[in-house]
Amino acid sequence: MSTRLATGGRLIDRTKPLGFTFDGRALRGYAGDTLAAALLANDQMMIARSFKYHRPRGILAAGVEEPNALVGLGQGPRHEPDQRATTTELFADAAMVSQNAWPSLTLDVGALNTLFARFLPAGFYYKTFMFPRFAWKHLYEPVVRLSAGIGKAPAEPDADRYEQAYDFTDVLIAGGGIAGLTAALAAAQGGQRVLVLEQTAHWGGRAPVDGVAIDGKPADAWVAEALATLRAMPNVTLRRRTMVAGVYDHGFVIAQESVADHLPGADLPRHRLWRIRARRIIAATGAIERPLAFAGNDIPGVMLASAARDYVVNFAVSPGDRTVIVTNNDDAYRTALALLDAGLVVPAILDARATASGELPNMARARGIRVLEGRGIAKVKGGKRVRAVQVCAQAGEGAELETIACDCVAMSGGFSPVVHLFSQPGGKLAWDAANGMFTPDPARAPTGADGQPFVACAGAASGALQAHDCLEGAHAAGGGTGPAPQASAPPEAPMQPVWMMPQGAPPALRAKMWLDFQNDVKVSDVQLAAREGYVSVEHTKRYTTLGMASDQGKMSNINGLAILSDALGQPIPATGTTTFRPPYAPISFGAIAGEARGEIFQPLRRTPMHGWHEANGAHWEPVGLWRRPYCYPRAGETQTQAVMREVTNTRQHLGLLDASTLGKIVVKGPDAGRFLDMLYTGVMSTLPVGKCRYGLMCSENGFLMDDGVVVRLADDTWLCHTTTGGADRIHAHMEDWLQCEWWDWQVYTANLTEQFAQIAIVGPNARELLQRLGGLDVSREALPFMAFAEGTLAGIPARVFRISFSGELSYEVAVPASHGLAFWNACLAAGADLGAMPYGTEALHVLRAEKGFIMIGDETDGTVIPQDLGLGWAISKKKPDYLGKRAQERAHMTNPDRWKLVGLETLDGSVLPDGVLAPAPGVNANGQRLTQGRVTSTYFSPTLGRGIAMGLVARGPERMGEEIDFVAGDKTIRARIRDQVFYDKDGEKQNV
Amino acid sequence: MLTLTCPYCGIAADETELAPGGQAHLKRFGPGSSDDEFEGYLFARKNPKGVHFERWRHAYGCGKWFLAARCTATLEVFGTYPAQVTEPPPEIIAAIKAKRPDWKGF
Amino acid sequence: MSEPTSALGGSSAEGFARVTEAGLHGMITLRGDLAAPAMARALKAATGCALPGQRAISAHGANLAAWMAPDELLLLLPYPEAAAICAKLETALAGEHALVANVSDARALFRITGAKADQVLAKLCPVDFAALPAAEIRRTRAAQVAAALWRSAPDEISLICFRSVARYMFDLLATSARPGSELAPA
Repeated sequence: MSTRLATGGRLIDRTKPLGFTFDGRALRGYAGDTLAAALLANDQMMIARSFKYHRPRGILAAGVEEPNALVGLGQGPRHEPDQRATTTELFADAAMVSQNAWPSLTLDVGALNTLFARFLPAGFYYKTFMFPRFAWKHLYEPVVRLSAGIGKAPAEPDADRYEQAYDFTDVLIAGGGIAGLTAALAAAQGGQRVLVLEQTAHWGGRAPVDGVAIDGKPADAWVAEALATLRAMPNVTLRRRTMVAGVYDHGFVIAQESVADHLPGADLPRHRLWRIRARRIIAATGAIERPLAFAGNDIPGVMLASAARDYVVNFAVSPGDRTVIVTNNDDAYRTALALLDAGLVVPAILDARATASGELPNMARARGIRVLEGRGIAKVKGGKRVRAVQVCAQAGEGAELETIACDCVAMSGGFSPVVHLFSQPGGKLAWDAANGMFTPDPARAPTGADGQPFVACAGAASGALQAHDCLEGAHAAGGGTGPAPQASAPPEAPMQPVWMMPQGAPPALRAKMWLDFQNDVKVSDVQLAAREGYVSVEHTKRYTTLGMASDQGKMSNINGLAILSDALGQPIPATGTTTFRPPYAPISFGAIAGEARGEIFQPLRRTPMHGWHEANGAHWEPVGLWRRPYCYPRAGETQTQAVMREVTNTRQHLGLLDASTLGKIVVKGPDAGRFLDMLYTGVMSTLPVGKCRYGLMCSENGFLMDDGVVVRLADDTWLCHTTTGGADRIHAHMEDWLQCEWWDWQVYTANLTEQFAQIAIVGPNARELLQRLGGLDVSREALPFMAFAEGTLAGIPARVFRISFSGELSYEVAVPASHGLAFWNACLAAGADLGAMPYGTEALHVLRAEKGFIMIGDETDGTVIPQDLGLGWAISKKKPDYLGKRAQERAHMTNPDRWKLVGLETLDGSVLPDGVLAPAPGVNANGQRLTQGRVTSTYFSPTLGRGIAMGLVARGPERMGEEIDFVAGDKTIRARIRDQVFYDKDGEKQNV
Repeated sequence: MLTLTCPYCGIAADETELAPGGQAHLKRFGPGSSDDEFEGYLFARKNPKGVHFERWRHAYGCGKWFLAARCTATLEVFGTYPAQVTEPPPEIIAAIKAKRPDWKGF
Repeated sequence: MSEPTSALGGSSAEGFARVTEAGLHGMITLRGDLAAPAMARALKAATGCALPGQRAISAHGANLAAWMAPDELLLLLPYPEAAAICAKLETALAGEHALVANVSDARALFRITGAKADQVLAKLCPVDFAALPAAEIRRTRAAQVAAALWRSAPDEISLICFRSVARYMFDLLATSARPGSELAPA
């Protein structure tokens, strides 16, 4: 069994016991424990079940590479599935639940899958659920969905907060082990800005566990001194609990800092996502031990040799009373020695190499451990826990030589440098056959904006697995001058790559050799994929799901591709690795979202009158990032009733609209008129000072992109109104043409949208209201239709435009935004007995639709040209050029069959559904029905007491009076084509 | 996530401060041009693996459009320059040729 | 005439730095040929400020002139003086190709004060604050909106954004400044 040792544990604080639960069972650990260490200390070796076969899964590793020990952690709004027990720090009252097991971890129904394992090989889903086709949607997928996913998604909104931060540095060092600290010292002493990020809560990495001495001191002591030196330097920043997740173009780095994972409930951001720009990155990310592929290597109690050592040394946790070591290298002997030091039993070391005669094996022998050379494990015996191993000759086919009783197996298949941060931005790897590993190739490092390499690996990540080489390389990577720190450790004899144990294992054994522990991919699955013709490692990965689990194959990929290479009869570098993609380890969605949630999920733009609308019950409509009042329902009123009231009141009395969101761009200069003539389809250079003109703007490919009223403020100055959504876009469009095409034209623009609050004052009583406000002559003579005046109204500086988007007598008044609310209130007060009433965007739409006015985004959709909308009157025939003119001459644009704007009225007076299509006889090449028209705007008109609509219909204007059918679901609605102006065709009301 | 230096204000801008504008040095064809010319201007774009010229706007900065010469394969930036030119300036051409001797030219 | 009101009426929030909406300030966009002698003369005459160099801010009393682009300055001055200074500039630049626009009501101005003011903004802007000198204006992005900022005093950063997003900016800054979320390394 696994248990807490009476003494030792360099990372735990025995004076701070912590209570926690696992599947409801109350357990105890210490501050400094990881969840995994605390679980092992309580003999909880089995943590979860695997994804596919629901096999029992134990703790395999002690770090970020762990594929098995994922738990659901926390409760209610702080529950999160798939938390890696090996990297999550224990905290008081941590509540863990096992995953992938029902009804319980020990009694799991899904485990029946393992009985059918031989029927669930690689590609099972692809092969089985193909036919009959209809069954996927109705039968297979619903069933498969039930068993998909690991863990339970939280049911409540996340109670934690998250944030992001930017940082900049000359040198970013990923990893705070002895290599990272050596590189940091070297770089910092050179005067560079240095940022060191360590993913765990502890500095020093593996060296203190491995018993390395540096400059004659124990590693812990050297690390403490190095940290003191670095902390004293103003150009160095050290951050713990910060995992570098991704390295991207031009030195961009993403790292996640776990600020408060270990302090749940504290008023702190839980995670902080760092967005860093680094001139150079040194990946001192270490190496990850590989498992060995032998039958039963997934049974709880089998773990990495380095992990077994970590639990003993760091946490004083014994992974088992009797641990058999199985290895192909010298490093695992350190585990044997550490276990012995802790008073535990190592019945044997099985070394796959023919001879093991290095210093470490000899130290083990000297301590009385049986070292069996040329031996391996034929099979692990046990179900939910290791009971024994059957020993075999590595060179043979698995014949049992002896059985050794044990409750733990510590395995080591060698080490793989963590090259992820080097590879993510494009660094290439080289195969080191002697050590059976891919190493970063410095000659093919990723290059940055200057074409120079910007990522280098240092220490074990560079392939320097021996402590001495590790520090020499790290010192050099940091640009160090003078001697590097000197590390000493017993020399290691060469390892011998072992990809399968025993080498001649028959199929029955190969079908029990796990490669990917989380996704249940075995040696036999990869071999099957190869037999079925998968020769690309990327394809094999997806077919077998090898390396596609949440650990992203940190432990399984190299073993898997070695098996694939063997099956394909080619050397490992010919197979290559799959692509390394960020993040290195999962980061939280919260960190990715950062502060962007709730009220600040995205900017909400507010007009100066926004607060008034809110206080007066506005029902909002989002328009771009603004929120505009859709209508103002009164008590007992539905939204529809409110809209009808607002329309009627505006037509009969006086309506007020907050039009502040409309774009207002000033264009000034000697060439401004010429410029606007290019920008608009009509002529703006001839507009007299003091007058307004409606204009259309097209993109260079001819499509209508915006419209609005253009005002000539002065001889060389125009004011261009745009749609609400168009303000920034059109300003950018203007600047684009001015800066990039007509840069010799003398024109300046300024986007003054937010300088002004703008209020539309609409209805028969509009003039009376302005007169009451006082200060400007707004009479019919002084301020005729399509003219403007400047002065003061109600004592506020104002510009008054006599324009109408409703067909009524109408003014739009622009006042400085700081006076907007005051002016709005003045209008309401002065107009109270005139029937002044605010109206919203929906009433605006009804009013404009009754008049047949188009709306950008309703009548246009990026495929509509002004000629389609009967707007030929606003297009100059004389101008030699304007943006979009050439495109509008293309054959498709001049085709008489184009859909064109018409009015539509249903025969029964009902309202046509928005967007519905009118079918035409026949079908297209895909067998779909042909269509001849579409509804673009449709409303109930309270003025006319019936439904009115506009639509685009093939050759529409030639078909006045014709009746066509629109189809909405299973309903057919007949409508008559008519002129789109439903109200006051002659425009008498707006001209009073 | 590129960093490009705006030639107008000198800021080494983060890509999130920039707005992309597609291929640089397009020649506009307006009324009177042939269908082929107009199609080429409006729709045909280069997509090289290697040296490329692009339009970028320092949208969250000085608001100016500038042009960048960079390698689409390695993301190496050969230089940025103001947009008021019809072809890359000689110093940009020289910088590219120094780094990519095999480059066929603009 | 009604009293003009700023977007947030001077709201403030206390965190590990203090965030304050600084009320109404006069602001003028001035576009033109910055190299033209007439421009420097007009600026001097109207505000007392010297023409600022690239990204620089020049000051004269309460008036500031900030370099926004190679052909654009932003002038900051007391709110009540904006209209008159606009008129002065218009007159001084008559006959020149230039644009003067009063944008005093289009913006919101914030002050972020305290020894850790930089950290509030380092969470929002892709800007290397360690390398941002005094008297330099930096136009950038704060989370999802445009902003311009500068070191307006020791331990103080001033920030301008559009008026419509003043509330968003205030909430962002206040969230960013929440106690306990300092960026101090552990």
